[in-house]
Amino acid sequence: MIKIKKRWEIPESEVTPESLYRQRRNFIKSAGVAGGALLLNSFAGAQASYAVDGYQKKSISLDEEITAEEDATSYNNFYEFGTGKEDPKENSQRFRTDDWTIQVGGHCEKPGTYSLEDLIRPHALEERIYRLRCVEAWSMVIPWIGVPLSSILKTMQPTSAAKYVAFRTLHDPLRMPGQQRSVVPWPYREGLTMAEAMHPLTLIAVGMYGKTMPNQNGAPIRLVVPWKYGFKSIKSIVSIEFVEAEPKTSWNMILPDEYGFYSNVNPEVDHPRWSQKKERRIGDIFKRETQMFNGYQEEVADLYDDLDLKVNF
Amino acid sequence: MALSSVLKSAWARPVAHLLCLLPLLLLIWAAVEGQLGANPVEKLTHETGVWALRLLLLTLALSPLRQWTGEAGWIRFRRMFGLYAYFYSCCHFAIWFIADHSFDFSDMLEDVIKRPYITLGFSAFVLLLPLALTSNQSMIRRLGRKWKALHKLVYAILLLTVLHFLWQVKADYLEPSIYAIIAAILLLHRIGPVRRLTFKSFTAAL
Repeated sequence: MIKIKKRWEIPESEVTPESLYRQRRNFIKSAGVAGGALLLNSFAGAQASYAVDGYQKKSISLDEEITAEEDATSYNNFYEFGTGKEDPKENSQRFRTDDWTIQVGGHCEKPGTYSLEDLIRPHALEERIYRLRCVEAWSMVIPWIGVPLSSILKTMQPTSAAKYVAFRTLHDPLRMPGQQRSVVPWPYREGLTMAEAMHPLTLIAVGMYGKTMPNQNGAPIRLVVPWKYGFKSIKSIVSIEFVEAEPKTSWNMILPDEYGFYSNVNPEVDHPRWSQKKERRIGDIFKRETQMFNGYQEEVADLYDDLDLKVNF
Repeated sequence: MALSSVLKSAWARPVAHLLCLLPLLLLIWAAVEGQLGANPVEKLTHETGVWALRLLLLTLALSPLRQWTGEAGWIRFRRMFGLYAYFYSCCHFAIWFIADHSFDFSDMLEDVIKRPYITLGFSAFVLLLPLALTSNQSMIRRLGRKWKALHKLVYAILLLTVLHFLWQVKADYLEPSIYAIIAAILLLHRIGPVRRLTFKSFTAAL
């Protein structure tokens, strides 16, 4: 189905100088102590999210070093819990996701309120190791656990009028303290074209690193679109709507010149204020080249055959 | 103890040196302990940049402090703080040059030319050099009145630095705005009529 091996079979050791490589190892080792503490925390806060017992291991893999779990769970952009990178971990520990429901509406045959259980349980969970490229020019490699979005959307039976899928994050300033400041017009909104949403790489994730999704990473249910900048992968989803017109998306609403609807990872199209040619893989010191579509060109490029990517950034 | 004797005491300068070096020592310690978080390069770049700005603000706060407290001793620290501001800006530049541009000078220069916020930051860094070089006693004597004119550059440097910070924000302007407000107060204080407003005249007006 999807061949995701070829182009990244260059061993990490060839890309990174050895001295640096060793340094990084030490860094990760020292982070381990803090990681233990985090584990205890996540047990306290996450029982209500989706339990990821039983999933197909590495259904899509990557020959790149996986980002340290401690890093992936302590360095997050999740403005609902604060704008600092370490804020989400700190401010989301008491966030409860009990009885989480998702409103499904718009052009489909099966609208309604779905529980997390209803939405996920009918499908087999898979582990997929994807690159995550933030628009801020850093990146990670994360083992997600989830279900292809297409499998979920098909059960809702979208009609032919459905051209886009619009997503929304929970808006509840009492539970998400970052929403008490209007940095972003809440609720956070994202969207995909129907073709992007149905693409086999597009994932709905309920866990990572073999565990239930940590609050700071978008518990209990989030999107993962590996060829787009990270902000497209909306977290803590409460609404899925099938719409005809291109939906409004949060960063595009704030700064339309800087963040487009598509926001595909593209080293050739710079952010107006900074370059997108390179990225810093978390754990590295030096930057590496950014790949077109974040390295998923072979799989997704045909989605954009008719599109000028410089205009539709 | 009276403020003037604190400022003039023998240990005031060593303590000030220590305080200026403390942020750097804490960063080095955190780096050794692996406590800089998931993106140590970003953290080091940010922290050294912010400390350069803070020390610049502190340098420019001394003459208002002299006026407000009626105590001349503050000025004794102006050169020291200014040089530490330059020192932190050098660290800030070096980390960015090494980690973001892998020692590639032309790559770095392309960034300086292409990215307005980097143009501003880099200009501030370059403009600090002549000030640092002419900060010793003999240069002050040699340049005479020109020295004063030259060192007025510090106001431009402060403006460039604040804009450099503001211009890279994604959505949350809170932190750089605080520094921008402090900078605005310190710059306004240099304008004649504002300077003549003393605390006494303010309370008298009330």
